[in-house]
Amino acid sequence: MFIVIGGGGKVGYHLARALIADHEVLVIEQDPARVEFIGEDLGSDVIMQGDACDAATMERAGMERADLVVAVTGEDQDNLTFCQIAKARFHVDRAVARINNPQNESLFRQLGIDSTVSATQLIMGHIEQELPWQGLIQLLTLGGLDLEIVEVRVPREAHTVGKPIKQLLLPQGALICLVIDNEGQPRLPTPETTIKAEDILVAVTSIEGEESLRNALTSPVP
Amino acid sequence: MFVIIMGCGRLGAELATILENDGHEIAILDIDKYAFDHLPPAFKGKRILGDGTDQDTLRKTGAERADAFVAATRGDNRNALASQIALHVFNIRRVGSVIFDPLREEIYHELGLRTINPTKIEAQLLRESIEREEP
Repeated sequence: MFIVIGGGGKVGYHLARALIADHEVLVIEQDPARVEFIGEDLGSDVIMQGDACDAATMERAGMERADLVVAVTGEDQDNLTFCQIAKARFHVDRAVARINNPQNESLFRQLGIDSTVSATQLIMGHIEQELPWQGLIQLLTLGGLDLEIVEVRVPREAHTVGKPIKQLLLPQGALICLVIDNEGQPRLPTPETTIKAEDILVAVTSIEGEESLRNALTSPVP
Repeated sequence: MFVIIMGCGRLGAELATILENDGHEIAILDIDKYAFDHLPPAFKGKRILGDGTDQDTLRKTGAERADAFVAATRGDNRNALASQIALHVFNIRRVGSVIFDPLREEIYHELGLRTINPTKIEAQLLRESIEREEP
């Protein structure tokens, strides 16, 4: 695949380094010092100096034959513009954007960005898991489908403990796809599978349904 | 109308003043507190120190009841993001965005934003002033 990465900061650099063995990769970066560093480390054909949101720069980058663009700058507005121009002007199939302000996630999806990755959201998920009320970790959002895969740990006091899956009232469209017990043994759930305390559940849900799924699985016995 | 303006540079401040004189209610946002110095002392609208691309900030500014939104900072991408938040998150019908890069302006216009390109307009005006015959 030909992958164009917008932004040659830490994320862009490490991403390029990881992809370079199997793909044709080009990083577009404005800062000459970063351009020089990446050029020396990964090769001068991997980096291009310029404004990634400038249509002329994109044309020079060969954007019309890109299979995938990934926007990873620290500014949401730059990531959005890069992806929107790549899709609207150069008909790039897939655009992945890093989200810095988690509030922008659903807007980006609504505007046609295929996948979004929010470090803030991921870290929040992990912190929330440590808190007594138990949270939910977003593992992955599915391209163009408004669906995500999440991980939920069942707290000891949850009303779901001891119930078979068929008795759970899950929100519309949510599906439990994997149950991992506290010994780390994964099982494919059936309607009869009983939820135990400390089970890790991997589920698919709509992004809007996330909060109700969390409540359905983790709220304590009333 | 209640109008929110993002960016209190010369352009944003001038627009805020004109709109207020027309009788509209104005809230103007900027991330730099000194930017509000561009406003005349008589300006009665709200000055809000904050980032207009942040949904919480816009909500606190009253975006949910706003009739119009104008993104008038110097940053094209910032203006495009804020305008799309105004349009799609807060469903504000009248959203104007300043986009300086003519190519980017064209693309955002096609994507449904009401864009203004100062570069093209200024070039046109300058051309007219140069080509005009001396009276």
